[in-house]
Amino acid sequence: MTAPLRPFPLADREARVARIMAAFRGAGAETIALEALQPAELLLDLYGEDIRARAYVVREGFRERMLRPDFTVPVVRHHIAAGRASARYAYQGPVWRRPSEGSDRPAESWQAGIEILGSEDRAAADAEVFALIHTLLRDAPITVATGDLALLRAAIGGLSGPETRRQALLRHIWRPERFQRLLGQFASPATAKRALLERVDAEGGAAVLAASGKPVGLRSAEEILLRVGTLVQDATLPPVPEAEIAVIRRVLALSGSLPAVARDVERLADEVPALSPAALDFAARLSALDAFGIDLETLAFEGSFGRTTLEYYDGFVFGILARDRQDLPLIASGGRYDALTEALGTDLPATGAVVRPEAWLALEAGR
Amino acid sequence: MITLGIPSKGRLQEETVAWFASRGVTLARTGHGREYAGAVRGIDGLELVLLSAGEIPRELALGRLHLGVTGQDLIAEHLTAADGVERVRPMGFGHADLVVAVPKTWIDCDTMDDLDAVAAAFRLAHGHRLRVATKYHELTRRFFARHGVADYRLVDSQGATEGTVTNRTAEAIADITTTGTTLDANHLKVLSDGLILASEATLFRARRAEWSSDDEATFDALVHQLEAA
Repeated sequence: MTAPLRPFPLADREARVARIMAAFRGAGAETIALEALQPAELLLDLYGEDIRARAYVVREGFRERMLRPDFTVPVVRHHIAAGRASARYAYQGPVWRRPSEGSDRPAESWQAGIEILGSEDRAAADAEVFALIHTLLRDAPITVATGDLALLRAAIGGLSGPETRRQALLRHIWRPERFQRLLGQFASPATAKRALLERVDAEGGAAVLAASGKPVGLRSAEEILLRVGTLVQDATLPPVPEAEIAVIRRVLALSGSLPAVARDVERLADEVPALSPAALDFAARLSALDAFGIDLETLAFEGSFGRTTLEYYDGFVFGILARDRQDLPLIASGGRYDALTEALGTDLPATGAVVRPEAWLALEAGR
Repeated sequence: MITLGIPSKGRLQEETVAWFASRGVTLARTGHGREYAGAVRGIDGLELVLLSAGEIPRELALGRLHLGVTGQDLIAEHLTAADGVERVRPMGFGHADLVVAVPKTWIDCDTMDDLDAVAAAFRLAHGHRLRVATKYHELTRRFFARHGVADYRLVDSQGATEGTVTNRTAEAIADITTTGTTLDANHLKVLSDGLILASEATLFRARRAEWSSDDEATFDALVHQLEAA
C-alpha cells in the first residue's frame, strides 16, 4: 500500500512549479503548453496495449483519445510539427495515470519538466539535464540512482550468432522475465519444434503447410515458411557461449557509486571490445557531470535501473528518490530516449526529465 | 433480506434454477413468465432478482446484490480484488475456456513465445501490430503481459470472434470455447499454453453489500443447506 500525497495549499504547488520553471527557463528552455488529450492510436502504437492499463481512454464515437500519461510524446510531437532542428522546452501541468491495483496514489498528479531535443553532444546534454534537476533538489532528503541502458544494449550487440537473437533481446529489455527466458533459450536451445522440423526435413515446408489446413488471415504462406526456415536454421546453431551471456549478466549486476562502477565498466570494455563505444560514452558523461560540479561519489549506479519503470529510455537514466519515504513516488526522473524520437519518424537525439512538485512538497513536509 | 441475482434467461438460468432446486432451494418467477422478479422457497430472508448475466458482476461490485450467479470469466474480466466480490461455490456447469487461438496453417506457432516471435516479424512485414480480436480485454492483456508478448494490438469483438481472422480484421483471437467445434470450423487452433482462464458458473458474494446480522444468518443457513446436499 502507498499513502496518498498529503493535501497542501494550492499556492505551495504553484510556487514550487514556478521555481522549477524558472530554473528551466534560466537554462534557455522556452515554455510550451500541450494538449491534455492525445491520440490514442499513436500512444498504443508506441507503447503497446500495456499503456491501456496505465492511461485513461476517452471515447469519441469509435475513436479514442488518451489523457496524457506523461509529457514526453506531446513534446516530441510539438517539436516535429514545428519542423525545427534543435530546441529545448519547459512545460508543466497535470498527467493522469490509472493507479495500480491496491494503490491509493492519486490518478492526477503534477509534473514540471524539460526536454532537450536535437543536441548532438549527448554527454553534455544528459549531464546538463541531470545537473539542473539535482541543483533544484539537492537540499531535500533524497538519494540518487542512475543507470545506462546503452551499456546493456552494447552487451546484447556483442552476442555472436544471427541478428534475430540480438533483435529478440533488444525487443524485450523492458520485460525482464521474458529477457531471462530468452537468454536461457540461447544458452541451451530447446528442441520443442523437433516434430515440425523432422516433418519439414522429410516432406518440405510447403507440403507440411499445405497439409495443415485452409489458409485464413493476413499472414501469408511466405511469411510462415520464412519463419519455418528460421527455425530450421536456429536448430543448427550452436548455443550462445556462456562467456557472452556472462557479459550481459555482469552489466546488469553493475552496482555501486558512479566512480566505482566507472572502473568496472572500463575493465569490462577492455575484455569485451563490443562494449567500448558505450563505455567511452559512459566516461564522457562522467566528465560532463563532473564539469557541472556534481559530486559523483554521491550518485549510485544500478546496472538494471530503468528496465521496468522507465520504458523507452535507451541510454542514461536517473531517478531522484525520497530517502526513507518508500510511500512517495520518484521526486524526479529522466533520461535519454533517442529510440522514441526514432519511432516517431525523426532521428533526433533527445533527453529530458520531470520533477513531481507534489511529491517534493510531501517529502519536505514530512521532514 | 438478502438479494440473489441470477441470469434472466437462457440455459445458464435453467441450470442455475436446477442447481438450487436439487439443493432444496426453489427459485421461481412470480406472476407472468415474462416478469423479471422471482420468489424463493426453502430459505427465509432470500429475495430473487433476475437480470442480464453481463450486469451481475457490476451489481455485485456496487453492493446492490448480496449474492449473484455468473461466470468466473466475467468477474475476472470486469472486477479487481478491491471490488470485494468473493467466490462462494463453483456450480459445476457453464464450463468455458478462454483461450488464445491462431490459424491452423501457422505451423511454426504452437506457444505464446512463438506468437511473440510471429508478432515481431508480422509488424515489420505489415507495418502494424498483430491484431488479436476479443471481448475479454483485461484478461487477454494481462495474460499477454505475463507471457511477455509485445507488438500486438487488441481489437474489440463482441460476437462471432472466430470469424475475424477469415474476415481479416484480426490475425489471432482470444475467445471462449466449450468444445472447440467453432474454432475448428473457422480453421483455428488453440496454442498449447494459450489457456487464459477455465471458467464455470459460480455463486458469488458481495462484500460491499450491507450485511445485517440477520442477513449473515440467512447466508449461513443458505451455505449450510447447499453443503448438506
